[in-house]
Amino acid sequence: MGRVAVTRTGIAGVAATLAVLALTFGTVAAVLIRAEGGFRLGPQDWAAIRFTLWQAALSALLSVALAVPVARALARRRFPGRAVLVTLMGAPFILPVIVAVLGLLAVFGRSGWVSQALGLIGFDPIGIYGLHGVILAHVFFNLPLATRLILQGWLAIPAERFRLAATLDATPRDISRLLERPMLRAVLPGTFMVIFLICTTSFAVALTLGGGPRATTVELAIYHAFRLDFDLSRAAVLALIQLAMSGAAALIALRIAVPVVTGAGLDRSVRRWDADRLALRVIDALWITLAATFLLTPLAAIAARGLPALADLPVQVWAAAWRSLWVAGLSVAVTLVLALAMTLAIVRHPRMGRWMEPVGYLAIAASPLVIGTGLFLILFPLTDPVALALPVTALVNAVMALPFALRALVPAAAEVESRFGRLADSLGMTGTARLTRLTLPRLRRPLGFSAALAGALSMGDLGVVTLFADPGQATLPLLLYRLMAAYRMDQAAGVALLLLGLSLAVFWIFDRGGRVNADV
Amino acid sequence: MFHRRAIIAALAALPLALPAAAQEKPVLTVYTYDSFVSEWGPGPAIETAFEAICACDLQFVAAGDGAALLARLRLEGTRTKADVVLGLDTNLTHAAAETGLFGLHGLGDVKFDMPVEWEDDMFVPYDWSYFAFVGTRGADLPTDFRALGASDAKILIQDPRSSTPGLGLLLWIKAAYGDEAQAIWEGLADNIVTVTKGWSEAYGMFLEGEADMVLSYTTSPAYHVIAEDDDTKVAVPFSEGHYLQVEVAASIASSDRIELANDFLRFMVTDAFQSVIPTTNWMYPAVTPTGGLPEGFDSLIVPDTALLFGADEADHARDVALDEWLTALGR
Repeated sequence: MGRVAVTRTGIAGVAATLAVLALTFGTVAAVLIRAEGGFRLGPQDWAAIRFTLWQAALSALLSVALAVPVARALARRRFPGRAVLVTLMGAPFILPVIVAVLGLLAVFGRSGWVSQALGLIGFDPIGIYGLHGVILAHVFFNLPLATRLILQGWLAIPAERFRLAATLDATPRDISRLLERPMLRAVLPGTFMVIFLICTTSFAVALTLGGGPRATTVELAIYHAFRLDFDLSRAAVLALIQLAMSGAAALIALRIAVPVVTGAGLDRSVRRWDADRLALRVIDALWITLAATFLLTPLAAIAARGLPALADLPVQVWAAAWRSLWVAGLSVAVTLVLALAMTLAIVRHPRMGRWMEPVGYLAIAASPLVIGTGLFLILFPLTDPVALALPVTALVNAVMALPFALRALVPAAAEVESRFGRLADSLGMTGTARLTRLTLPRLRRPLGFSAALAGALSMGDLGVVTLFADPGQATLPLLLYRLMAAYRMDQAAGVALLLLGLSLAVFWIFDRGGRVNADV
Repeated sequence: MFHRRAIIAALAALPLALPAAAQEKPVLTVYTYDSFVSEWGPGPAIETAFEAICACDLQFVAAGDGAALLARLRLEGTRTKADVVLGLDTNLTHAAAETGLFGLHGLGDVKFDMPVEWEDDMFVPYDWSYFAFVGTRGADLPTDFRALGASDAKILIQDPRSSTPGLGLLLWIKAAYGDEAQAIWEGLADNIVTVTKGWSEAYGMFLEGEADMVLSYTTSPAYHVIAEDDDTKVAVPFSEGHYLQVEVAASIASSDRIELANDFLRFMVTDAFQSVIPTTNWMYPAVTPTGGLPEGFDSLIVPDTALLFGADEADHARDVALDEWLTALGR
């Protein structure tokens, strides 16, 4: 019923969606077209699918469950260093996998700090390798992201609501029931879904911490098909299954989420009168300390290993760093354009938006190997793929960061629309005026966060660059891998620390730029 | 008016001027794996050495590791830009020969310094090493697979589906034990700390102390001795013998520069190329350079027996071994 209005927003949104579809499904199609012969999925493949789903679900559940009290604690408290802590907590997520895994093992491994401490009191070293290790690692990676996304939800509750609750003498339990739980009901399914999707494609973490071939994920099965058998049809079908699993998860999560209608507020900074009790202070302090310790100790281990090597970094590092920054900048630009186009279309045209939103989330679930191969197959007949290595990397990184951008932007944009939409319509604000005067200023915080994530992720990601790599044009993560492959582990640790520092700096610059009212 | 005409005339003349200025040297494109072309690998030195004698422009194209290299070639097919492919190993030569892309090398007169006779007329070896477990000097480490299975020693290995050394270990046990390979793996199940995606993760974890031994090469300790003056890392000799990894190169039959490609292959077995290999690729050169091997290589263990599947047997052995491995490790 009713025509879909053909507006500029609608067209931009559809164009962005089609671009994402081309990159995720189009590349799989390219691989399928090239494949010869049929496929058969063996029992190994089904076992891989089962394991992938199971570890992703558990990891996401635990991450989200732990993130809620931490986010609540951060939302309620103000203390010196809070902003720095929030930024630093984003670090595990943006590190290259191999660096983060080694850092995690430096703390929790068989000869890590915890094992050494246990050894002093006479216990055996902890056995981290197994399903629990995989989940621990995933929680380490994703808890910060979950916390930030849920924190954004908390900060979206207008200050007036808390003021009203304080006037009505509401207890913390009342506030939880009336204000916080509805907000969580809106935010949690989406957060769970994003983390679930990230964990489905986690390959190196699952394998290294899983302890053995039982920890085979679908991504590893794709590697097997591609490298050992050159069975492109099997690789493509597995990639499609991965996309299907994720599409289903995305659809379910987005249906479950109940958007919250908060009503307009006046942007006063939030004061929480309910949070002044001692018991709550202690609990919040405990949660924040635990989270900070868990997330920051492996980072400290990485810093400790890398600091001595910073003095004699190979000279190629600086060119590689500059290249990484350039690619990151490009990724940020592409992410923001795609994300804004899709967000505005989703919010203004809800019926069309219901189908556009899941498409935006598909990219994390796409296999990097299949995307790279598909892109290679598409580009090879047209031009030299190596010449396009850096722009292609930027594009793929941008599409991979898109889900997080959407997760941050869509709720905020929906809120802007519900609060000010009617006012804007009544004033006849349309087009650029609406965008520049209403939407963008109010979206500054989630835009900053999205840009920060996109930039930092792009810096730390190898992405598809290995298939297109130009020997002379290494980015920083590729340089890191090359150093490790050449036995130079110490120098690699130094480069890892540099990468960590640069990624955090990029994250901080964009994130700080988006913070209005110094609220987060 | 005058200025504009002058500028247009100058621009029009430019295309005529450029070809004269850009003296085109023939370009030889060599596809190889990533660690070969890195600044710390053999690539740069070899590029300089070859360009000095060939009056050409040598360009490397990197593609992951050996298996990824072959996969890329299959994707490109006959339209490949490659003239030479360098970096496949003996586990891949059969599949590579079946693509029909490669030409014969015609270097039958070369004497190689390898533990096995080289009879392949399509692929030329350029370096080789033995797979071995690397541990710490002085530790009490088992010296064969059965002893390893029975002991408490903790080992780090790589997944054969994503890593070349991982595949090497698989074939090593298969070559040494044949039908008993699965039983050997079942014995090793409790020794394995974890299986990593690639060599770097496993070796990095070993250096951090996560396990007693890691699967690597007999030549790995040479790096620590030569570059770090550290002789605490040793390869453990196994009585069954050690599996060989031989890395090879070949020319693409359909290449436009087939003569230059064959020149490169011949250059590959000369001193100029081979002397670069030991301290950049950390493998034994296929033809020992006249200056001999660097000092650090003297302390390396030399196994009595070298195990190697022939090109045609390797594929089948690999499939059987992989199934046994997955079954034994309780998939």
